[in-house]
Amino acid sequence: MSAIATLASAEAATSNFPVLTALVLVPAVGALIIATMSKRRPEWVKLTAILISVFVGALSVWMLASFKTGSSDFQMVSKHEWIKTWGISWHLGVDGISLFLVVLTGVLFPLAIIGVDPHHDEKPYLAWLLLLEAGVMGSFLSLDLFLFFVFFEIVLVPMYFLIGGWGYDKRIYAATKFFLYTMIGSAFMLVGIIATVLLAKGAVGHITFDLVELATKSNFAASTGRWLFFAFAIAFAVKVPMFPLHTWLPDAHTQAPTAGSVVLAGVMLKLGTYGFLRFGLYLFPQAARNSREIFLTLAVIGILYGAIAATMQKDLKRLVAYSSIAHLGFIVLGTFAMTSQSVTGGVMQMINHGVSTGALFLLVGMIYERRHTREISALKGLQKVAPVFAAVFTIVMLSSIGVPGLNGFVGEFLVLIGSFLTARWWTVVAASGVILAALYLLWAYQRVFHGEPDDDNKTFAELHWKEGMVLLPFLAAIVFCGVYPKPMIDRIQPSVKALISHISDKTGYVEPQPELHSGETQTEVVQP
Amino acid sequence: MIAAGTFNPPSIDWFALSPLLVLLGGGLVLLVAAALTPQWPKHLYAWSTVAIGLAALATTFVQWHDISKDGAKTLVGGALSYDHLALFGTITICIGLCLAALVTDDFLRREGMEGPEVYGLFLMAAVGAVVMVMSNDLIVLFLGLETLSIALYVLAASNRRRVESQEAGIKYFVLGGFSSAFFLYGIALIYGATGSTNFTTILAAFDSVPVHRRDAFALVGVGLMLVGLGFKVSAAPFHFWSPDVYQGAPTPITAFMASVGKTAAFAAMLRVLIIALPNWKDDWRPVIWVIAVLTLLVGSISAVVQTNVKRMLAYSSISHAGFILLGVEAAGHAGASGAGGMPGTMMYLMIYSVLVIGTFAVVTVVGRTGDAATDLGSFRGLSKQQPLLAMALTVFLLAQAGVPLTSGFIAKVGVIKAVVDEHSYALAIIAMVSAVIAAFLYLRIMVNVWLADPETGDDTREPVRVPLSTGIAIALCAGFTLYVGFNPGWLIDASDMVTNVARPLTGG
Repeated sequence: MSAIATLASAEAATSNFPVLTALVLVPAVGALIIATMSKRRPEWVKLTAILISVFVGALSVWMLASFKTGSSDFQMVSKHEWIKTWGISWHLGVDGISLFLVVLTGVLFPLAIIGVDPHHDEKPYLAWLLLLEAGVMGSFLSLDLFLFFVFFEIVLVPMYFLIGGWGYDKRIYAATKFFLYTMIGSAFMLVGIIATVLLAKGAVGHITFDLVELATKSNFAASTGRWLFFAFAIAFAVKVPMFPLHTWLPDAHTQAPTAGSVVLAGVMLKLGTYGFLRFGLYLFPQAARNSREIFLTLAVIGILYGAIAATMQKDLKRLVAYSSIAHLGFIVLGTFAMTSQSVTGGVMQMINHGVSTGALFLLVGMIYERRHTREISALKGLQKVAPVFAAVFTIVMLSSIGVPGLNGFVGEFLVLIGSFLTARWWTVVAASGVILAALYLLWAYQRVFHGEPDDDNKTFAELHWKEGMVLLPFLAAIVFCGVYPKPMIDRIQPSVKALISHISDKTGYVEPQPELHSGETQTEVVQP
Repeated sequence: MIAAGTFNPPSIDWFALSPLLVLLGGGLVLLVAAALTPQWPKHLYAWSTVAIGLAALATTFVQWHDISKDGAKTLVGGALSYDHLALFGTITICIGLCLAALVTDDFLRREGMEGPEVYGLFLMAAVGAVVMVMSNDLIVLFLGLETLSIALYVLAASNRRRVESQEAGIKYFVLGGFSSAFFLYGIALIYGATGSTNFTTILAAFDSVPVHRRDAFALVGVGLMLVGLGFKVSAAPFHFWSPDVYQGAPTPITAFMASVGKTAAFAAMLRVLIIALPNWKDDWRPVIWVIAVLTLLVGSISAVVQTNVKRMLAYSSISHAGFILLGVEAAGHAGASGAGGMPGTMMYLMIYSVLVIGTFAVVTVVGRTGDAATDLGSFRGLSKQQPLLAMALTVFLLAQAGVPLTSGFIAKVGVIKAVVDEHSYALAIIAMVSAVIAAFLYLRIMVNVWLADPETGDDTREPVRVPLSTGIAIALCAGFTLYVGFNPGWLIDASDMVTNVARPLTGG
């Protein structure tokens, strides 16, 4: 700890306020503070956790405000040596691809902390959540392979304890499965990272784990690059999760406590898709291009499989979990289609999925709190007794389906038009996934909310104002991003274009037109 | 070689031998003084052992700078080497000795066996271990090996009230004696092939005698020595003794065996293979490869099905031995220079020694009076009774699983980096995957500690108490584990220097 603490103080002395370092360290220190507090005053513990997470959220918003739009570079970079002999540094930076993921992380955690009551052992629960936040922030901000791996792997520990300690009946099975699955992916990635660094030593000139330096200077032979890329890809594919490595996800989601599900779906799954963009495509453009068919196919299988499996679920939470597999399939499709629209759409879809699925998990959690069941067949006619609750659920659900005017549409649409240029038939099949999403969500809604309430459903409580306050930011984001996505696109796109042109430089890839200009609205894009 | 009547005693650099002399002298003085005086007050036996260990440690730090300044050399007519490899090993052994003595302190009092014998044996074992890491001659190596082993046989059987302890001692003694015989036969054959037992001469014999690389004596000798060393580091398929002995031996003794014993054996393995026998590296390296893979898989897979925590940790220790063998394999590629593998190996040994003592210290405490409550069930609900102890155990287990920001991760990266640098990708992948399998076992212990409620009827059980000395040891181990996890640079730099060995041909 002391090493990093001295880093932070050294940084404060030399430059402006190191906001990125603070985004990582504040929640970590907060977790330590909470761990040392007395558990006899749970309300103080909770208040401290809320204050810390809200402060981090405010920091992330401040970071968003000071982000320079239109620039594709990494901004607010802080870089300090950590392990000199191995060329490892504390290197953080933010660009358009990671910007909104960081903000989403910053905003989602306070909402999850405020909105969900763990029922027992509040103190360790809150400490783990804050530690998780630090890990997720670090993963999104790291520009050093070693540092990224440290954060990528460290998030497993708090998540393991959150699922195992505060989950439902089969929580220990689910937590262990989650831990081992992800760790086996990381096992390959660690070897991949070390091999990348050592093999690039000749081209770079010295041993370094610095992402930017490796990506710009390294030049791997096609076969070497492919193996290295696969080593990274396994870790990310497990995390996304991509078919057929997805089996941990339904268990983890279903058994996780509500806050765990919100965070898992909202930001942790994006570590996989973000990893593909930041470390897969950026470091190994040639290998990513050569193997794009594999990933496009798996993505499309994931879209269809996730949707079909979701249709068949009896458990509402499991249904949402499978729908995540389908939604993340779109992001992978957009990523490997490699056009600036599709990748921009993928990045937007990461945020949108985080918002809408996060809200869905909160709502399902609220249903469970009231009825102590998530069985679709046990729920009926909730719309009659809780109309406001039903209305909120409808909006969130429609956003998840991707109805125009709400945020889900923007990302999905950009992915589909972008992918159509380079991966036509995959896109055609994937588009049917959009219809399937409408099918399983509307069908579930129909069974849960329509009809006459029976038995216990008659006493289903209406949305409490506190719950409403937690959901309000989600609804605002859903509507705002659906109606006016331009501010987001303006910030995301320069970095995406820089990534595509990096791929072009390295591999001679020519991105097909039409191109989306930052001044245009999405309706103009439809007509090429 | 020496003609009668012309015996010239070798010049002895007493300063260079000081850690050895401190440990040996300290051990003898402790034994004699304790035999002549009535029972010493509480803590005094253990703390004097710690003082002796710290004194030896202090001399090694002085020597470290001395070698950095004046360079490495060999001592006592080329029988011992005085270099950073030896010192790094000695430091690890001294740290292990001090920590194990702290844990033993409370253990012996709890079991009603307080006395100086165990500490005397600890010090003698440490002397043997230091001789092993310093050795530059096969016979000297064998002397060290036997000194260490005999002390360990007695230590394993030292709890006279538990039949398991007796059984462990006998088992270890019979099998250990058997493996020593293999090793000794290997020495004989190498002597037959090269005409010497001195590492310097063995290395030179390849060119000067000349010994053919396909010389049957030499090849069989290398093989037999690998069997002997493989037994000592409990590498598969020579590992069968270790689960039984680890489980049966008193828990602090197990900690001592797993740290000091392993360190000495691996350092000796590096010396024999890299310094004496690099010319046969194309022959022994594939063997090490196969043994490493077997050890990794056997250790991690067998660990999963165990229900006794001591036995689990024994198998996990086998799996760690597999990881350390990765470093040996990598060192083999680089041959005599051993650039990549040796630092990784030695760093792993130091980190693992601290980790394993910390883990077994917690097991000692949870084992309660009688040292028998070491099944998984005894750990249920530990977090409710002793949250700090549970947290320390969690740190150790996560570190053993190789989770970042703990020392265990740095250790793993060190050896993986070494093998990847030699393009042994398959070995690296197998090792990491087996680490995931092994992680399941650590998760099982953590589930019992944190997530399971105490067994019904558990209130009749004696509560878990953390006594002073053990508490200090656990705190030190946990502190080291986290500190190295966050700030590993200094340890990496220090271990990088172990490649600076007393070059056989420069010594005198």
